[in-house]
Amino acid sequence: MSDAIRAGAAIQLLSPEGERVFDTRYDITLGDAELRDLYRDMVLVRRIDTEATALQRQGELGLWASSLGQEAAQVGSARCLRSGDFAFPTYRDHGVTWSRGIKPLEILAMFRGVTNGGWDPIERGCAIYTIVIGNQALHAAGYAMGIQLDGSDDAVIAYFGDGATDEGDVNEAFVFGSVFNAPVVFFCQNNQWAISQPREHRSRAPIHARAAGFGFPGVLVDGNDILAVMAVTREALERARAGGGPTLIEAYTYRMAAHTTSDDPTRYRGAEELEIWRLRDPIERLKVFLARHGIADRHYFDQVDHEADELAVHVRDGVRSMVEPEATSMFDHVYAEPHALLEEQRRQLREYEASFVSGGPA
Amino acid sequence: MTAMTMAKALNTGLRRAMEQDSKVILFGEDIGRLGGVFRITDGLQKDFGEHRVMDAPLAESGIVGAAVGLAMRGYRPVVEIQFDGFVYPAFDQIVSQVAKMHRRTEGTVRMPIVIRIPYGGGIGAVEHHSESPEAYFAHTAGLRVLTPGDPQAAFVTIQQAIACDDPVVYFEPKRRYWDKGEVDEGLDAQDLQRVPDPWRARVVQAGDDVTVACYGPMVRTCLEAARASSDVSLEVIDLQSLSPLDIETLVASVERTGRLVVVHEASANIGLGAEIAARVTERCFYSLEAPVLRVTGFDIPYPASRLEEHFLPDLDRVLDAVDRAMAY
Ligand SMILES: Cc1ncc(C[n+]2csc(CCOP(=O)(O)OP(=O)(O)O)c2C)c(N)n1
Ligand SMILES: [Mg+2]
Repeated sequence: MSDAIRAGAAIQLLSPEGERVFDTRYDITLGDAELRDLYRDMVLVRRIDTEATALQRQGELGLWASSLGQEAAQVGSARCLRSGDFAFPTYRDHGVTWSRGIKPLEILAMFRGVTNGGWDPIERGCAIYTIVIGNQALHAAGYAMGIQLDGSDDAVIAYFGDGATDEGDVNEAFVFGSVFNAPVVFFCQNNQWAISQPREHRSRAPIHARAAGFGFPGVLVDGNDILAVMAVTREALERARAGGGPTLIEAYTYRMAAHTTSDDPTRYRGAEELEIWRLRDPIERLKVFLARHGIADRHYFDQVDHEADELAVHVRDGVRSMVEPEATSMFDHVYAEPHALLEEQRRQLREYEASFVSGGPA
Repeated sequence: MTAMTMAKALNTGLRRAMEQDSKVILFGEDIGRLGGVFRITDGLQKDFGEHRVMDAPLAESGIVGAAVGLAMRGYRPVVEIQFDGFVYPAFDQIVSQVAKMHRRTEGTVRMPIVIRIPYGGGIGAVEHHSESPEAYFAHTAGLRVLTPGDPQAAFVTIQQAIACDDPVVYFEPKRRYWDKGEVDEGLDAQDLQRVPDPWRARVVQAGDDVTVACYGPMVRTCLEAARASSDVSLEVIDLQSLSPLDIETLVASVERTGRLVVVHEASANIGLGAEIAARVTERCFYSLEAPVLRVTGFDIPYPASRLEEHFLPDLDRVLDAVDRAMAY
């Protein structure tokens, strides 16, 4: 399969060199403040990622799944959501959660292992991370069906990876979205890899082309171009709100880091493609664009860097001082109401562990 | 004898099975070039080729469903599910097809499929990577369920599982992958027919006062408990086969000791311990000096990793149950 960026097959509004590109189908006009904000968000999300990777190395986190290189796809798409909309992220979508107002420490709590959740999805308009590949795509379809039943013009966005398109759940979500004409945008970040499996191993057809068979539009976008990502996502969300049903967006991007901190990518991929993608960096191209058009200057960039430094300190200190959960909190929330069997086990655990404080079990 | 890790023992066992029978093929996510996330299939694609060690699409139902078709075509698929918590998309294929095909076809179609699943906790992993779902499969008629307790058992039973004409769900205790043990690599295919029957439990530590039945990751824990127990002598039995259960070996032991403690990481409710307690009580009612006790995970979803040490049975909890059994 050829490289979609080189082949010019992906929608692009900002070239890797930071030049504005003309596209006959899509365009976007953003104010200077908004453009600066996009840059800031991507820099901050990247900084959280760098810091989290370091914290994992230091043993402060159990695991980390890096979003490095995917900032434009994540921030650009999630930025298009309104407050009543709903996002269903994977474990890698830190730019999505950031854009939905989820705080870095709320995300990091899961990777530290103090919780399997982190926030109230309903209140925040953003589901907790889903680790089981593809599960959340169906949740998104169902949530969108609910919006439709309510007669609201809110919309849903489902995030998943290229690998996830193999799973039954994702394909079933396409069927549900299609059959019920649900207001859902399927946002696939094709970062070229599913752990060690390259995209060539997925399907013979490009991912976005699959949408046609399900009866809704599919679009291929340069996932490292935040302007193009926003343009296509806006359009898809508008269509969903207007009763036009689902869209599949394939954001063509690259996983610049290892799959997770447990992975060793040198076993399956070479450095050459990393070099190609480094030149397509999403942050760098926006920075060049902002500077060239006088939208932001050195002073602004320094200020963002400074803010990132402060955020890094906040993340580091916050993770290190995260309150350890009480052992007996394991029994909380398994059921909606107190449950006799679990209350008994909670009591047993409390008494058993207390027996150690007083010198161990007799 | 060679000292090797359980991971290496499994890798060597898989290699042997592939050398013995050209119909043995491996199928799973990231098992080829990467060698699997735990490297259990390391080097096998290089040595046996991409047609025998296949990287599967990221689809568990697909992996197991395709294995059914491959088995119908005369192959012996050994599939890898990347982690315990990711077997559920395949549950339908396993329960509705793999387990029942032989019966549904009135014995004409066999399902010599091995479904390898790294399982259990204790490695500080994120959600869905530490579960012990063995009871679902042991509950399903038509499936056999095996789990090795040490590298030697892994080396032997993985080959026996592959040679078996019934489908075997093969649970690998992932936190013991890196434990070393002596492995008799000299055993060949003929020997494997003579070495202890994989469907029999193994007495891994003889003792007199309390029988401790365990399997997989808890074998080492219970052996350590036996060593730490100075005044009470523990007989540790590695069940190894969770279905069929070898009740005879347990009965023989409990008739002598009069006490039984069952240990597993999985939750207690409707788990292996419950089945064992019922069967042993039926058989040993007059020999029992105490009720059969269970040391298990609690009846909750596997907790976030910072809490897992409170969830998992450990040496102290085993000894606490032993004391309670002795106190009757
Ligand atoms: C059902 C299921 N099977 C396997 C896994 C193990 N796993 C975690 S991430 C991953 C690859 C996912 O690739 P992709 O969908 O492209 O997302 P990416 O990680 O590249 O963002 C796999 C196989 C899982 N989490 N869930
Ligand atoms: Mg991917």
